[in-house]
Amino acid sequence: MKTRILGGASFLILAVVVYLGLWVTGPDVNQGQHVRLLYVHPEVAWVAYVAFGVTSLASVLWLIPATRRHVFDHVAGASAEIGSVFIALALITGAIWGRPTWGTWWSWDPRMTTTLMLFMLYLGVLALRRLPATFDARARRSAFAALLAFIGVPIVHQSVVWRRSLHQLPSILKADITKPEIHGLQLWTMLLSFLGFTLVYVWLLIVRTRLARWEDQAGDQSLSDAIAARRAEAVTGTFAQVRS
Amino acid sequence: MSAPVISFEGVVALLGRFPALSGIDLRIDRGEIVLLRGANGSGKTTVLRACAGLVPITHGLARVLDTPLPARSTVLRTLRRRIGLLGHAGFLYEDLTVEENVRFAVRAAGLDGASVSEALTRLGLDGRLRTQSVVSLSAGQRRRTALAPILARRPELWLLDEPHAGLDAESRDLLDGLLRDVVRGGATVVFASHELDRAEAVATRTIALGGGHAVTAEPADPSRPGSAQPASPQPASAHPESVVARVA
Amino acid sequence: MWRDALLVAGKDLRIERRSRVATAQVLPFAVLVLALFAFALDTDGRILRISAPGLFWIAVLLASMLAAQRSFAVEVDDRGLDGMRLSGLDPAGIFLGKAGAVAIELLVLEGLLLIGTALLYDSPLRGSGAVLLIVTCVLATAGLASVGAIYGALSAGLRGRETLLPLLYLPVTAPVLLTGAKAMEAAMGVTPGLQVGEGWPWVRLLGVFAVLYVAFGVLAFGALVEET
Repeated sequence: MKTRILGGASFLILAVVVYLGLWVTGPDVNQGQHVRLLYVHPEVAWVAYVAFGVTSLASVLWLIPATRRHVFDHVAGASAEIGSVFIALALITGAIWGRPTWGTWWSWDPRMTTTLMLFMLYLGVLALRRLPATFDARARRSAFAALLAFIGVPIVHQSVVWRRSLHQLPSILKADITKPEIHGLQLWTMLLSFLGFTLVYVWLLIVRTRLARWEDQAGDQSLSDAIAARRAEAVTGTFAQVRS
Repeated sequence: MSAPVISFEGVVALLGRFPALSGIDLRIDRGEIVLLRGANGSGKTTVLRACAGLVPITHGLARVLDTPLPARSTVLRTLRRRIGLLGHAGFLYEDLTVEENVRFAVRAAGLDGASVSEALTRLGLDGRLRTQSVVSLSAGQRRRTALAPILARRPELWLLDEPHAGLDAESRDLLDGLLRDVVRGGATVVFASHELDRAEAVATRTIALGGGHAVTAEPADPSRPGSAQPASPQPASAHPESVVARVA
Repeated sequence: MWRDALLVAGKDLRIERRSRVATAQVLPFAVLVLALFAFALDTDGRILRISAPGLFWIAVLLASMLAAQRSFAVEVDDRGLDGMRLSGLDPAGIFLGKAGAVAIELLVLEGLLLIGTALLYDSPLRGSGAVLLIVTCVLATAGLASVGAIYGALSAGLRGRETLLPLLYLPVTAPVLLTGAKAMEAAMGVTPGLQVGEGWPWVRLLGVFAVLYVAFGVLAFGALVEET
């Protein structure tokens, strides 16, 4: 119930953002109508990065024996899934924005390259998660893969930054899309959008984690029932000796 | 009376969420040759693997060679060097020769490999077979090759999963004689088998498993040849050195 | 740990010497990749020469994946990894041994591929860049072999690992491509005016990559192979 309120609230906020973003705020001097992507693209990308941060954190918590709880694997998996969806959205909205402002759908700038790499890395992690295995084995593998993916990302980012700095940037790229002149109302709309998308993420995370727990427990007996059933197998065998 | 080599009290081992061991009680003393019998899926293999720390023990009290399980990885490494486990797999590399495989396994266990030749001879793997690559071996020869490092390492506890499988009559006699020598040297043998006539001839005691726990435990039959006396185990200091040498 | 590493590496290299998978399959594959690039780029000498460093590392990357896959295929056949654990080998030693053997195979492969690129792409090799080139290859190889060993162990015994490994391995090793190609560009002097010294910052970044993944393997390999 509380989750529903959270979900409802986040969509309400986003509805307000849509209203503010499309009707109340005006077009930008330089970017015109395209500036309205300011209320979608950075927010979506932010959620994607937060999601992968959460996945990494949850993976670490699973790998440390003292903090190992099933919920951390559920959270890691849920957050990786949500993050992948949002990163795809970030790449798509980025391309949509890049076309009119840069004149190209895609450029190999550090942020975009790193984001694309992160997307690829997590597709691998998600594929790994889908393979059948015992819970612990799968959780451990996925946690390691998520961390391996995570620690390499700064190197990718740094090397692309250098690649760019050592060459002449195409002049069209110099207009940085995330730093247009932001006015009062735009800022508030943006902040509200950040809040809305973050709440959507939290809501999705809770729902997906809960679903993962149900999947995990589906058809599951309590340990004592499972043991009783297992011991009863002996009755059907040759050396039957009924024990209570 | 010295502490048992294996003592399980209400041990539960979960494979995923499946209780492969469902609260098993076991006590195995030094010098015994214990046969684990039971239907497929009764938990024989899991007992053997659990003793070597390959299966996570989640509930109950388990001690193997005075080491409580589950144990930290460094403790586990020390314990594993005192155990020889022959699983369904033989841990062999097909591209290497018989001798290279055995030598690697023995050196991996921290030994220098001086006892390799004796073990190979004892198992009839000398001569031409020695330098043959494992891929060209018959099933029985493969099985003997997998057994050789354990013989050369002289562990205190032998855990054998279906050791008779794939062996011809001659090799089985060889194996049975070997096991009797091993316990005479102060070691302990636990093995699982489906070939009960054969297996019970060499075992000093049989434990029947079903549904992941022990359902019967027959006492040792002292009239059987090769029976060791669990009540008067050999002192630990007298153990294995001489096994290979004596029988070679 | 080092004794165990040497033992395992020795075993793996002996298996390789017997089976000749690296020399008979991996190396020809890498050369084939070099040739395919030439076909794709329509044998335009200029483009090939300029792209040689990047193409070289793509060939190495693909070949290293095969080498890592092979390194763990021999363990999966008869549960060799279980056998090594049961022998009480230090997991860090197993990791260093397996990665070390792959690294040695890769270094040989890189040497031969360098000659290959020089011949096929007519790319220059300059003496002043030799040290830079060697350091680049050593660091890249250490990183690749480590990632290969980690993912090899991670996916050993998994169904569908043949298709999964590339998806996991290639994005993680992308930094080798990004930094290695740049360092090599400076070492080879394919771009006019590029000084050898400009390659060193890339080598440092490559070094971070190598140290990170070697350390990860040494620390995590035990937990990775341990079922309990």
